[in-house]
Amino acid sequence: MTQVNRIKGGLIDRAQTLNFQFNGTQMQGHAGDTLASALMANGQTLVGRSFKYHRPRGIFTAGSEEPNALVQLRSGAHQEPNTRATVAELFDGLTATSQNHRGSLKHDLMAVTDLMSPFLSAGFYYKTFMWPKAFWEKLYEPAIRMSAGLGRLSMLEDPDTYDKGYLHCDLLVIGAGPAGIMAALAAGRSGARVIIADEDFTPGGRLNAETLELDGMAGQAWAAQAMAELASMSNVRIMSRTTVYGAYDHGTYGALERCTDHLASADGKPRQILWRIYSKRAVLTAGATERPIAFGNNDRPGIMLAGAVRTYVNRYGVTPGQRVAVFTNNDDGYRTAADLVAKGVTVTAIIDTRNQAAAMDIPGVRHMRGLGVMDTKGRHQLKSITLTDGQMIDCDALAVSGGWNPNVHLTCHQRGRPTWNDDLHAFVPGPNLPAGMSVAGAANGALTLAAAMTEGRDAALAQLSDLGLNTSAIDLPRAEDEARDGVAVWHIPQSKKRAWLDLQNDVTVKDIKQSHREGFRSVEHMKRYTTLGMATDQGKTANIPALAIMAECTGKTIPETGTTIFRPPYTPVPIGALGGRARGHEFRPTRLTPSHEWATKNGATFVEVGNWMRAQWFARPGEKGWRDSVDREVLATRGSVGICDVTTLGKIDVQGRDAAAFLNKVYANGFAKLAVGRVRYGIMLREDGICYDDGTTARMGENHFVMTTTTANAVLVFRRMEFARQCLFPDMDVHLISTTDAWAQFAVAGPNARKLLEKVVDADSQDMSNEGFPFMACGEVTVCGGTPARLFRISFSGELAYEIAVPARYGNSMMGVLMEAGREFNATPYGTEALGVMRIEKGHAAGNELDGRITAHNLGMGRMVSQAKDCIGNTLSKRPDMNREDAVKLVGFRPVDPSIPLIAGAHLLNKGDEANMANDQGWLSSVAYSPSLKHSIALGFIKSGDTRMGEIVRAVSPVHDKEMEVEIVSAHFIDPEGSRLRV
Amino acid sequence: MIINHPLLGPRDAAEFIYLGDATLIDRPDWQAEDAAEQFYAYGYLRDNVAGPMQELWYHEQGDRSWLVVTRDTLTHEITSVELARDVARSRGRSA
Repeated sequence: MTQVNRIKGGLIDRAQTLNFQFNGTQMQGHAGDTLASALMANGQTLVGRSFKYHRPRGIFTAGSEEPNALVQLRSGAHQEPNTRATVAELFDGLTATSQNHRGSLKHDLMAVTDLMSPFLSAGFYYKTFMWPKAFWEKLYEPAIRMSAGLGRLSMLEDPDTYDKGYLHCDLLVIGAGPAGIMAALAAGRSGARVIIADEDFTPGGRLNAETLELDGMAGQAWAAQAMAELASMSNVRIMSRTTVYGAYDHGTYGALERCTDHLASADGKPRQILWRIYSKRAVLTAGATERPIAFGNNDRPGIMLAGAVRTYVNRYGVTPGQRVAVFTNNDDGYRTAADLVAKGVTVTAIIDTRNQAAAMDIPGVRHMRGLGVMDTKGRHQLKSITLTDGQMIDCDALAVSGGWNPNVHLTCHQRGRPTWNDDLHAFVPGPNLPAGMSVAGAANGALTLAAAMTEGRDAALAQLSDLGLNTSAIDLPRAEDEARDGVAVWHIPQSKKRAWLDLQNDVTVKDIKQSHREGFRSVEHMKRYTTLGMATDQGKTANIPALAIMAECTGKTIPETGTTIFRPPYTPVPIGALGGRARGHEFRPTRLTPSHEWATKNGATFVEVGNWMRAQWFARPGEKGWRDSVDREVLATRGSVGICDVTTLGKIDVQGRDAAAFLNKVYANGFAKLAVGRVRYGIMLREDGICYDDGTTARMGENHFVMTTTTANAVLVFRRMEFARQCLFPDMDVHLISTTDAWAQFAVAGPNARKLLEKVVDADSQDMSNEGFPFMACGEVTVCGGTPARLFRISFSGELAYEIAVPARYGNSMMGVLMEAGREFNATPYGTEALGVMRIEKGHAAGNELDGRITAHNLGMGRMVSQAKDCIGNTLSKRPDMNREDAVKLVGFRPVDPSIPLIAGAHLLNKGDEANMANDQGWLSSVAYSPSLKHSIALGFIKSGDTRMGEIVRAVSPVHDKEMEVEIVSAHFIDPEGSRLRV
Repeated sequence: MIINHPLLGPRDAAEFIYLGDATLIDRPDWQAEDAAEQFYAYGYLRDNVAGPMQELWYHEQGDRSWLVVTRDTLTHEITSVELARDVARSRGRSA
């Protein structure tokens, strides 16, 4: 195709020809084009099909407010649906396809939908597809989904990378149009730290799109010169291709920078950066958006906003047609006609709704006053328009101007509401702006050039002086204030044909009237019922005209009718950018245990435990499944000795003169009398008396304790202890440090544990005999000839066991040393599964038991809650209902038929009772196959369990549709007397 | 949001963990006659404040200070930030 609509001038580089493809057709454009301007240059007026009716659609705007020209960009995994062609920068090799049609774009098989439009009005799917009910999911919804819609996802993983960044500034200038550039110049020359951001790839705003002059220079040349000056200032950061999409609390703004979207390939760079900008102050200079006038069949390709036509003509050197008509209710529309004529394009007529002399007459153009456009013709491109007096005018493009709406969106992100301006027939920023924000230029209703530039400068200087910063006087360039008078005309009531308000969602004037008739009186209800203002453009061109129709229906004024609330983002932000680098394995940090490298080399299978990767088991050749490995590890540990990395358990160093008194407050049981060199099991309550966490705490010195917490609660327990220390007991002399990462800790368990450790612990540092280092002893020792270590004689497995801690950097080699020393005992590394099996065999409660509902009474530890002292949770744990005789108690369970595996989560019922909640007796919390006992075992809670030993009950799992008989037994399946611990 | 930490200056709220009503500092006396009622109120009864509210924030990604932040729940305006320990002491808490 040739560039039939290319005309002279513009900010494009004609020396650079770029090849691109649209629906497989090769086309050419130039550097500086958008996809939209390049399509227009090639005469490609039809660019897509509408959401609901599959109507042919073209390009409607020249900016991010575009409702129509949504295309699928690129291909393969890089395919991006719903891209606005009006902001997609052209690059060599770009490929784009149109959306929402079956068959070709020109001959969409779904276009028949348009004929059914009488049945598809607002809310049709709520009414038409009600019956029969079962048809909705299977038939109606899939059919509607297939028929309606936008682009399609590639369904492949996003191959691009996204970054996040943080910036600080004195003044953030949002929008680099005339007001924004003036604000940035004023602040920049004053020496303030300035960020000026603009969504466009060429800053300048409408200076690039108009023929207005500043200081006798072309506006775009003045803008380029001003931007060059800003670029030379070290205190100013220019962010082009960057949309400030949200105003958040305390001067924080969200911004999306599109780094490589304008390039053929990201080439390893991040595609987009999500910036968080911390500003002391901000000036919003976001400009204004033109609004359309609704009339019959106003959605045909070739019908565009008048300001957009000026942009294409002046900035891109393209015309939307060869015979263009202009339809306006204000003076601004005339400038479109003037600019077209200046470029040699035929303007067939200017139709003005006002019956009065205009601000300017364009020589050689037919002026038609007091008329409106009532209907249009042309299937794939506009052919003619019909006026309210019946005249038909031939034209292949129509520029429509209904006046301008200030872009107040960001002023509303902190609950601010805009106020109505009768002079502009538009909403302007209200009084409740986000803290630190002021508004200037067209965004503030100063729609003319000189006024906008004055406001921009003054707003910036006012913000700086308010901050107490230096301000320098700055002259304004000479500029005019253009004629911009207009009247409020929202739609042409003589039209009998469908008149579109929201092009993206196919919402017409009739739909708004119908929703009003059906009782949707609030704007918010109307919006949801008709879907007006939803989807990618958020109704930037549609909302105000629709409000006006709504106001007409209700007989209220527009401000009485209200506005919907603007929320971030201003324009769509890809989920990938919000996620940034936090995806896949990098979704959250991964913590590796000190012996991770050793475990990897020795065949460990890992499991995620919180952020940690822990060895789950160590498979050996010939083992057929994980159970083989786990059973072997359990039996080897109980038979000789096993080693497990238990570093992940939380470790909190507690020091200070009041350390013991402090532990008495946070633990339910007493710690004040714990002797130095001894360890005690402790249980922690929440203030409501429910068990929170448990673990052991070792007294290393008079004023020095080392606490362990469960892996899952390490961070939370520390947080709560800091709360107790700072907020509840502020005068206690106690200090806390989390040392979880500082010490690598290994459990060495089994009958040969001492013999193994005697080879590792330096003999002169510790007497390892049972008398010299008894059960629940702790001490500082050295290993391997002088390396400092801590030794604890504690046991989770129920065997003779120790935990030995060395500084974390020695952890990996320590694992090797322990295994080497244990070679003669056939020492076995074990993972979290074997650890779990052994603790269930021993009857120790863990996370499955401490589930946020369980008290010490339920655990059979009620007597541990000291009555002689205050502790967190003490008072409320005494509530009668939490201490009932028939409360559930932690006990063990074994299947009556030992060949049957138990099911964790199964509920317990008395024999003969119906399986319902009223008869519920309790539940199985932890289940394991015990290789020691050679059958399945469980821990669980059952009413009055401690007095029901030997009773047979049913374990029922409706989820698995299974039930089995179980016997209530002691939770201590192995060595109930604890004799193995003490040898 | 930005919290102006009394020791570290302005910090992003993302560095903090939110707990809630600063009345959690006022833990009752376990030996009071009506300790059970007092603890019940302390544990379960909160005002749903629309306006300035004293709240507890924990600088977990920072210096681990617990702070009392006075924040307007309607506007997010923060009018005062104090170390919770100082507030606790001023409210008569000691050991």
